Amino acid sequence: MPVPAGAGRPVWQHRSTRARLAGWFGWLMFVALFVLCWQVMTKDTIWSFVLDAPQQAADIGSRMVPPRWSYLDRLWWPLWDTLNIATLGTLLGTVIAVPVAFLAAGNTTPSRLALRPLALLVIASSRSINSLIWALLLVTIIGPGVLAGIVAIGFRSIGFVGKLLYEAIEEIDAGAVEAIEATGASRWQVIDYAIVPQILPAFAGIAVFRWDINVREATVLGLVGAGGIGLQLQASLNVLAWPQVTMIFLLILATVVLSELISAKVRHAII
Amino acid sequence: MLRIEGLSKRYRAGVPVLRGITLEVPAGQVVGVIGPSGAGKSTLIRCINRLVEPTTGRVSLKDIDITALSRRRLRQARRRIGMIFQEFALVERLSVMENVLSGRLGYVPFWRSFTRRFPQADIEAAFALLDRVGLSDFADQRADALSGGQRQRVGIARALEQNPDMLLVDEPTASLDPRTARQIMRLIREICEERGLLALINIHDVLLAQQFVQRIVGLRGGEIVFDGPPAGLNEAALTRIYGEEDWTAMRRAADDAPETGEERSEERMAGLI
Repeated sequence: MPVPAGAGRPVWQHRSTRARLAGWFGWLMFVALFVLCWQVMTKDTIWSFVLDAPQQAADIGSRMVPPRWSYLDRLWWPLWDTLNIATLGTLLGTVIAVPVAFLAAGNTTPSRLALRPLALLVIASSRSINSLIWALLLVTIIGPGVLAGIVAIGFRSIGFVGKLLYEAIEEIDAGAVEAIEATGASRWQVIDYAIVPQILPAFAGIAVFRWDINVREATVLGLVGAGGIGLQLQASLNVLAWPQVTMIFLLILATVVLSELISAKVRHAII
Repeated sequence: MLRIEGLSKRYRAGVPVLRGITLEVPAGQVVGVIGPSGAGKSTLIRCINRLVEPTTGRVSLKDIDITALSRRRLRQARRRIGMIFQEFALVERLSVMENVLSGRLGYVPFWRSFTRRFPQADIEAAFALLDRVGLSDFADQRADALSGGQRQRVGIARALEQNPDMLLVDEPTASLDPRTARQIMRLIREICEERGLLALINIHDVLLAQQFVQRIVGLRGGEIVFDGPPAGLNEAALTRIYGEEDWTAMRRAADDAPETGEERSEERMAGLI
């Protein structure tokens, strides 16, 4: 920032006039873009449907209450499946993600030119596909059921855990690594003594966080036939059994709240 | 003995950090390396154990040419070179004992180090060293529970656990308060005398250097501009190393606050000397 002299004294401004004008112009373009997008988005909207939305919502709402509590007996088993899909899927994803993260981190990768881009590609492709779509693919490949759900959750978790973990690896204190290298330690000993202790809290936090997300994601996998409580949801929706749908929602809500509590507790204990 | 010949280091597309350093240090000598920030002090000691690869030049320790070693042989050579760091460079989440034992990593196979089953002799040596640096009660504490001075003592114990021939010491006192800094410098000096260790100590504090080392090497712009006994470090030499400044005033201020006998006896009581 230049400091022009005005009235014999140096004047300081955070931005120059030019930068300020550019800033306002940027905001103007942003608003214009928003208006344009709004028009494109609402071109095909049938406004009469939107206008009676409150009545429709009230109608469905009235059919949804009270929840059918007796249906709960048939939900425990699918819920158990859902939790297993989430837990085993997280385990699978994490086990694959750890080596991938070490290959992807700039300070631990054995080869910047070949392995690092490959590991980053694995992470990006895993992240770019939603669990539901992974499940859709896997149900056609390995058939419907819990296994497809586990693998789908696992594949999606590789990218998430891998990305956050390799960022954690890149942020470690290089001094400790240098010190362990200076003792004559081998590459694996450096990982074991200097790197692992530093990333362990981050790793535990990431894994538990992903498990928490996976519990939520596993609840919908049944919609495409990959097992769990989503199967029941699909069945109930198909026969318009709204009180059962409410029951499932309540159960999912309770599960998610519980898993969030558990993950918060675990993370707090570790860090 | 350590011999450095024509050592130069240039980082990619930059001005050279070291230009043709030639230095010979006999066994058992404690050398202080002083110089302004950016003079190449840290790079110099990192070139000796090749944490930084020198561009040209040779470094040999006890007639082993370190600059010519393969990765495998270099690891073996590093076992005999202990290193002490400014920010201590401990692994914070490991216990004090694990940090000290990590000095043996070059000697034990991976599985033993992974399962933390070190040879009994190594463990005994670690306990003896913790006792020597005054931290016998801290073996099971986590390193991040210690104060700065205590951490540096663990760093010293880790370096000695290697059973080194030489110590490379990078600004050991820059993160410490003045009193702790003196205690740490005294400890390093005494340990070098006890074990007949050669040491290269990078240090910012000229007065501290003059008091605790046998020889001073002054670095400026990657070149040696002074090499002699601490007593020879006069105003002209200081100006050659650091540039123009009122050095007489600095010395006078230091003379006004001499070290008292009381301080020393306190330290002795605390088991620090």
